[in-house]
Amino acid sequence: MLELVTISTLNGVLYGMLLFLMASGLTLIFSMMGVLNFAHASFYMLGAFFGFQISQFVGFWPAFFIAPVLVGGIGALVERYGLRRVHKHGPVAELLFTFGLAFVIVEIVQMIWGKGPADYRVPPSLNFSAFTAFSTNYPAYKMFELLTAIAIFAVLLMLLTRTRIGLIIQASLTHPHMVAMLGHNVPRIFMLVFGVGTGLAAVAGVIAGPALVTQSNMAGSLGPILFVVVVVGGLGSLFGAFLASLLIGLVQTFAVSVNLSIADVLQPLGVAAPSGGALFDIWNVTVAQIAPIIPYLLLVLILIFRPTGLMGTREQ
Amino acid sequence: MSDVTTDTVQLPAAASGASAPRYADAVRYAAPWIAVAVAFAVLPMIFSSGSALTTLSLMGIMIVFALSYNMLLGETGLLSFGHAVYYGLGGFLAIHAMNTVIHDHLPLPLFLIPLVGAFSGLLFGIIFGSVSTRRAGVAFAMISLGLGELVASSSLILRGFFGGEEGVSTNRTKLLHVFGLNFGPQIQVYYLIAFWCLVCMIAMFAIRRTPFGRMCNAVRENAERAQFVGYNPQVVRFMAFALAGLFAGVAGALAAINFELVNSSMVGAEPSGLVLLAAFVGGIGNFIGPVIGAIIVTWLEVTLSDMTDIWQLYFGLLFIGVVMFAPNGIAGLLMMHVPLWRARAYRPLSRLVLTYLIALVPALATLAGLIAVIEMIYHRSVKASDGATISLFHVTLDTTSVVPWIAAIVLLIGGFLLFRRTWPVVGAAWHDAIMYAQGAGKKK
Repeated sequence: MLELVTISTLNGVLYGMLLFLMASGLTLIFSMMGVLNFAHASFYMLGAFFGFQISQFVGFWPAFFIAPVLVGGIGALVERYGLRRVHKHGPVAELLFTFGLAFVIVEIVQMIWGKGPADYRVPPSLNFSAFTAFSTNYPAYKMFELLTAIAIFAVLLMLLTRTRIGLIIQASLTHPHMVAMLGHNVPRIFMLVFGVGTGLAAVAGVIAGPALVTQSNMAGSLGPILFVVVVVGGLGSLFGAFLASLLIGLVQTFAVSVNLSIADVLQPLGVAAPSGGALFDIWNVTVAQIAPIIPYLLLVLILIFRPTGLMGTREQ
Repeated sequence: MSDVTTDTVQLPAAASGASAPRYADAVRYAAPWIAVAVAFAVLPMIFSSGSALTTLSLMGIMIVFALSYNMLLGETGLLSFGHAVYYGLGGFLAIHAMNTVIHDHLPLPLFLIPLVGAFSGLLFGIIFGSVSTRRAGVAFAMISLGLGELVASSSLILRGFFGGEEGVSTNRTKLLHVFGLNFGPQIQVYYLIAFWCLVCMIAMFAIRRTPFGRMCNAVRENAERAQFVGYNPQVVRFMAFALAGLFAGVAGALAAINFELVNSSMVGAEPSGLVLLAAFVGGIGNFIGPVIGAIIVTWLEVTLSDMTDIWQLYFGLLFIGVVMFAPNGIAGLLMMHVPLWRARAYRPLSRLVLTYLIALVPALATLAGLIAVIEMIYHRSVKASDGATISLFHVTLDTTSVVPWIAAIVLLIGGFLLFRRTWPVVGAAWHDAIMYAQGAGKKK
């Protein structure tokens, strides 16, 4: 039991930190433009595929640095020549633009790398077990992922709160006109934030690719969870996104390891199982089986009882 | 906003029509629908092949689905990413109803099954709508996405209702036969779909013109002002959502009848995205827009998926193109020219059309270059084992030699540069036509 809790906590925190790497960029972009970037998970996927492709040529470590920069550059170009043009048609058009972009990126990835999984492996230099806890070997690569995510989180926090550029970014989120009047190029700041945000998503992709499966459906399966994170955390709140990332990471990791159904709970109490139909399915479904839908249930519940999210203040 | 005001001005004129103009008004309102009905009746005689009939049936289903989606996005301003929930659940309940009817020998003809879809769409619209329509804008879009994922994920868990991987199937010919119709041949199914499509189109058009429809527009434009007029925007949104669910349910039931099979992909993200694409590409500002979009998207889906594996990429590019350059869709582009036509500016209009044709040549060249590049990349990267050549527009291209690549890139870039040079010409012709039309308006 203790083993399960320890390992699940580690995995949950790891998954949560990966989610936060993406959610942080998404939240910054949302605060900036008032638009949720539907294609954010697609940049994560691009990061994984770029990491895979570049590591084929020059090895994992250079790819770890080159891929996010490339993807961030693509993100900045998308902002400059796509989103900025659509901006005048209003927020719905912007959301739809990113929706179409997500669609196109998936198709382009399939066009180049095919539909099957790419052979993106953990680099040999990290392919050993970091420590042994309760007879389970915990892989060093996972520790590397965790440390990378935490390091980036720390750097981002320092950058945003302790440096001049961070101050300007924070100011342009809330008072773009004032910042522009002080002589800063606000559109360029937005482009920078968009590029860095997508670059962060790509970092998550590069480090998650070998651990998970690098495949063209990875954006589609992660994207909706990412939206759950930013909505549950409260749209536009970085700290909320952090809490929600950890929450969803932990909840999902723990749910997968619980093999309990309603039948298991009620059978000892003498309640008979229903004979058939839809109720029978609900009766015998285990918590592990419903793990994929827990985030969405959480989203619906949050939106009913606390529409602004955990830490959100923005009421539209 | 201007759209709303002009229409409301027209309304009293139509409503207050005395006894003499009333007959004329009735003809004026009925004429387009009679034309549509005749078109629906005649189309299968022109396109009588089996595959054409299937495509026409799919178009009918998609028209209902896209129009129901437009009740949300176009009329009420609610961007939904999970509209397939009501379409799919309508389909599932319809197919279960059909199986129950067959099993218990109930006296219910197939013809009335879409009502089951309507009812279930409405029911789930009410249930999920009460949760999701409290907020508009981005929050609503995210809730609709969450609900869509929730239902899609649940469909894989609740195997009893959703039938697991293989879905639920039925046999539409086993239901009660009325007038000797067994709905075995596709032509009978087509007429069933066409009938319900027409009914739904008229109903949705009528709803648009009621005071409720106007309130939907008002809530879309400015919810706060609508509230000051004395309407609760949440209630208006909720009603629009439930009604949109109803019509999506009809579309789902029609699809269930057409395919005789429903599986969990029907509630998933793919049909939700497709209906958004169809409505938006067609144009969400007009009633006719989603109809055009449904026809085009269905036609493209049927023909493109035969021609290329990566047809969805072209869909995505088309969608992004529309979002960036024609946010009112194809119908919006067409409607731009209506004032010119009304002002009888035929001569400048014909000159404008001529410039369009001139611009079309480099545009098509660009498109051909783009398609060639995409197809060759796809072939080289994924299907290289199938041989070096591909056949495109009846031309055989060798993807390993340099010549087709250079030709495609020249077409793409050269065509684009030429296309950009035609723009000032088109712009000038447009300007002339508008000026002419305004001048003609003043003279009157």
